[in-house]
Amino acid sequence: MTSLPITLTINGHRHQLEVDPRVTLLDLLRERLDLTGTKKGCDRGQCGACTVLVDGKRINSCLALAVSHDGAQVLTIEGVANGEELHPVQAAFIAHDGFQCGFCTPGQIMSTLGLIAEGQAGDDPERIREGLSGNICRCAAYGGIVEAVLEAQQQLVKADRRTAA
Amino acid sequence: MRDFDYIRPATIPDAIAAAAEPGSAYLAGGTNLLDLMKGGITSPERIVDISRLPELNRIERLDDGGLRIGALVRNADLAYDPAFAKSYPAVAEALLSGASAQLRNAATVGGNLLQRTRCSYFYDTASACNRRQPGTGCDALEGENRLHAVLGWSDACIATHPSDFCVPLVALDAVVEIEGKKGRRHVSLEEFHRLPGETPQRENALEPGDLIVAVRLPAEAASFSANARYLKVRERTSYAFAVVSAAAALVVDGGKIRAARLALGGVAAKPWRARSAEAVLLGADASEATFASAADAALADASPSGDNAFKIELARRIVIRALISALSGTPERLPALPASPFSNIPGARHDA
Repeated sequence: MTSLPITLTINGHRHQLEVDPRVTLLDLLRERLDLTGTKKGCDRGQCGACTVLVDGKRINSCLALAVSHDGAQVLTIEGVANGEELHPVQAAFIAHDGFQCGFCTPGQIMSTLGLIAEGQAGDDPERIREGLSGNICRCAAYGGIVEAVLEAQQQLVKADRRTAA
Repeated sequence: MRDFDYIRPATIPDAIAAAAEPGSAYLAGGTNLLDLMKGGITSPERIVDISRLPELNRIERLDDGGLRIGALVRNADLAYDPAFAKSYPAVAEALLSGASAQLRNAATVGGNLLQRTRCSYFYDTASACNRRQPGTGCDALEGENRLHAVLGWSDACIATHPSDFCVPLVALDAVVEIEGKKGRRHVSLEEFHRLPGETPQRENALEPGDLIVAVRLPAEAASFSANARYLKVRERTSYAFAVVSAAAALVVDGGKIRAARLALGGVAAKPWRARSAEAVLLGADASEATFASAADAALADASPSGDNAFKIELARRIVIRALISALSGTPERLPALPASPFSNIPGARHDA
């Protein structure tokens, strides 16, 4: 099969690539671009470890053909921190022990960024749990994850208010 | 995954011409298709990527009071459209009870109708499956079948249709708008999906090249907005397919039922419109006794296809419970766990 040319903007960097049409966005990130922060768990859309933001929305990168997303803006866990300064969601996951082994954590954090941007859960722990049900944590750090999301969301709302003022 | 040609047509006619060739498959959100391709259940020779076709991602109000939902509208965008959720709350609730937030951001309206059964024998290429490979038999018949069909099944296939979205849609008389080689046509959702009979591989009314371009809801569908619910029993709290589900919608006036719609999910190879139950409800007192009679009518023709007789009684109870929920009124805001029997709504019963 001939490769097809595509352009993706990943974490703010523009990439011009030739891809086999069978390659998923997940495999492209990990195998071609060495962005291995995005994890391959089930590779079938069931675990959420591969969650990234595409054009601002969280999706399972394992169920996305790279070629179909030609021209998209992609944000992965590698693009979340500001240099050495952690994003408030990352800092909150550490502060609240929102992980144990850490394998699902990049997906949890990307999914949290999507959840907060969607603005549907508010500060209701049950809505947060439901909104993150597509991210499985086999260490079951769910208690800490929900606390981390609540705190990160409060901090981001405060930061927004400061910016607005 | 098998090698395939990738085509991204610029227009609907180009897409239809490309997909009419044997071995072609349309790609939209890809959430089901890629999974099937990775497992070798489907191996298209040609992928026709329709995800950027113009004009298919709009929600339009029609002059006759109906609604036209473009086939490429994402599940999340539809469910969170405030005007849509207000007019068709049971549809929004069903959408948000399905899959995960990530999948709902990718999955489309048209793709939801075309998703394949989650029967584990269909997914296991080492198993006999008439739906996947006609004439090979059905390993589910003598297998692990507690979640399989109790209505409309045949000895050739006992799989269920997995959609939540389609259940309230079929109750509300949704119509599928299809464009094909011979032009545009409309098929009611109730007639769109087929029961297995002897040909379970024929899952719907589409011919080669046919493209779903929209789903329409008639004006009357919005008249149920004050009393419409979707209820779904799952084997875990969230992110699971229905064991049994029901969409119930009522118009009640002076304690009498003036209009009623009822459909079941997880019980058959298609979203199951329960018209005999609707006939029981129409004009009757809006009472639990009426709802029980309607539930009996809805399941009158049910029979176990294996180790799943429990689903018949479960479906009966879910019908009653969904009707009670609909009667008590659509909530101001969807519960934290959409469609869940365990939602924390004051006064709601937690026993099915």
